[in-house]
Amino acid sequence: MALLSVDELTVTFTGRGRRDVKAVSGVSFDVDQGQVVGLVGESGCGKSVTSLALMGLLPRRGVTVGGRAEFDGTDLLTLSPGRMRDLRGSQLAMIFQDPLSSLNPVVPIGVQVTEILARHRGLKGEAARKEAAALLDRVGIPDPTRRLKEYPHQLSGGMRQRALIAMAVACAPRLLIADEPTTALDVTIQAQILELLKELVDQQGTALLMITHDLGVVAGLCDQVNVLYAGRVVESAERRELFAAPTHPYAHGLLGSIPRLDAPRGEPLKPIRGSINDTIAWTDGCAFAPRCDRYTLECLQGTPALGEPRTPGHQVRCVNPVFSRGVDELRETALESDAVETAGTAAAADKEAGA
Amino acid sequence: MSLLELNGVKVHFPVKKGVLFDRTVGHVYAVDGVSLSVEAGQTYGLVGESGCGKTTLGRAILRLVDITDGEVVFDGTDLAKLPGEEMRRFRRRLQMVFQDPLGSLNPRQNIESILSEGMAAHGIGADQEERRERIREILARVGLPANALSRYPHEFSGGQRQRIGIARALVLEPDVIICDEPVSALDVSIQAQVINLLEELQEAMGLTYVVIAHDLAVVRHISDVVGVMYLGSLVEEAPSDTLYAEPRHPYTRALMSAVPVPDPEVEDNRERILLTGDLPSPANPPAGCRFHTRCPWKQDTLCATDRPELRDLGGGHRVACHWAEKIADGTIRPSANAATVVPPPAAEREEKETAAAS
Repeated sequence: MALLSVDELTVTFTGRGRRDVKAVSGVSFDVDQGQVVGLVGESGCGKSVTSLALMGLLPRRGVTVGGRAEFDGTDLLTLSPGRMRDLRGSQLAMIFQDPLSSLNPVVPIGVQVTEILARHRGLKGEAARKEAAALLDRVGIPDPTRRLKEYPHQLSGGMRQRALIAMAVACAPRLLIADEPTTALDVTIQAQILELLKELVDQQGTALLMITHDLGVVAGLCDQVNVLYAGRVVESAERRELFAAPTHPYAHGLLGSIPRLDAPRGEPLKPIRGSINDTIAWTDGCAFAPRCDRYTLECLQGTPALGEPRTPGHQVRCVNPVFSRGVDELRETALESDAVETAGTAAAADKEAGA
Repeated sequence: MSLLELNGVKVHFPVKKGVLFDRTVGHVYAVDGVSLSVEAGQTYGLVGESGCGKTTLGRAILRLVDITDGEVVFDGTDLAKLPGEEMRRFRRRLQMVFQDPLGSLNPRQNIESILSEGMAAHGIGADQEERRERIREILARVGLPANALSRYPHEFSGGQRQRIGIARALVLEPDVIICDEPVSALDVSIQAQVINLLEELQEAMGLTYVVIAHDLAVVRHISDVVGVMYLGSLVEEAPSDTLYAEPRHPYTRALMSAVPVPDPEVEDNRERILLTGDLPSPANPPAGCRFHTRCPWKQDTLCATDRPELRDLGGGHRVACHWAEKIADGTIRPSANAATVVPPPAAEREEKETAAAS
């Protein structure tokens, strides 16, 4: 039994007089104790909304959340706000992308850290201050007692992120959700923070849900990787398997479009054409079809099911996975090559020409 | 003779205090003595972390910030000393592409107006009709639809906006384009499109680029020569492949080892040099080698007292480190207290996996 088991999570934003926006349309994945699971995707794929839904941080009005998210047997999505508040911070914790805007600028770091200790562990006064200093020390902040009195603006970006991590691990949570924890940081600082997260997972057996757009970060940190596109998991595999044999055309294309520091130079990158706006609803077919080199008419017959075309445990949501058939063969079976374009939305019509 | 040459360029920003008399209480040494040369038709990449002065240096070339000292020689003319009007005329030949594609386009101007403004200012095209013709050509070149002319920036996606920014530079037929973080605001799949576009345009039009970015992989991919900056000065400069194969400056080595590679095999089997601490303040840079406060290879002599000059190691490889040779041949070992050198985690991970399996 997995620690967190997300099943067909959907999040729809509704507004009066506006079209509903389906940010997450059926995401399923499991996170085990002590495991690092990655959610990877580009902006707009629903990765952050997924994490907010799990933490119960979405606004209550104008948002419809469906599906189930079982954490140790209880469904997080139907929990009362009071129960959720008890869990949040003690059992579940989150690290956000921008450390400056997630800290209160007019309250010293010390007060912000001890607040959690008081709420969940009942520590007060000197005991709380001592524990807070120990926490800061553990995440590698030098001179922690002095830092406790300082305000967020007095800390550097890397320090602030460390302080946030200290707050997140204050109650030894069983699940830690990190939403782009290193995106705002420089690479040398990013390396420090990733090393710290690795240590915490190893020492405490915390499960870590790592949300990022950086496939490099995923390659070094995650055990299991889920690739999201337009609000659905399109590929899910163990990390070595995924990077060795990306099978969904999107994951395959994504890996082909990143310049690698260690690859021979001189070869042009192979970009994915179009942009994230060129999409169709999952109910009509594969949302990636308008950008895909391998689409056929089969792609437009409802949501493709998750299958395991190559190896057991390597799930792919595609009817024409990479390596199944050659592109030429696919072109012959595609009766009308324009089929996808006409099925696409208005946005797809004037997509970037020639890109 | 290189197309663009910088000699000892310094940009210092005064720090002022007081209401009535702004006393200058110090300086931020944003760029502190950078010399480099860019050959025509080449791409020069500048990398470094935030606060290293790479953007300021890019802006200094165009004199968008005042140069405190030094020369910027472009095609035989020292731009640093040109009077305003002459400098304005030179800017046609030196253009810039900015990082934030939305922030650098006026939301109230349509694309035609954005692109023709510069042309009118530099007297390109006799009338608007002729300019429009030229703009259409360029739009097709950068992969935008012809109907873009009458539309506004908000109607485009991030990738398309960056294409508009590139088109705005191209309509003036520049010799040099300075690209400040041209792809960092874009999604990965779109980044590749823009990088490829920049390369195609260079080949077709013989452009010279100065690409400023923090992403080492992007810079290495696009550049012929790469310069690494730290706290306002160049610490290493080498042809792109050499820099990756044999980084000689301790900072470059740490930087390279910190860049995540999207391949678990590589990630599991490489050594990481984790620097401790943060970048020192450019208002109060350390004496001697700017990097000595964080350097794992720091020695007791020279490092803290003498500022290393860029030295040529042969083959266009320049390094500003007193001990580059000794570090390369292993006579100087990194000290444990200044940084952590993490051994490849592969062995450890395998143990964990076998334990989990059994």
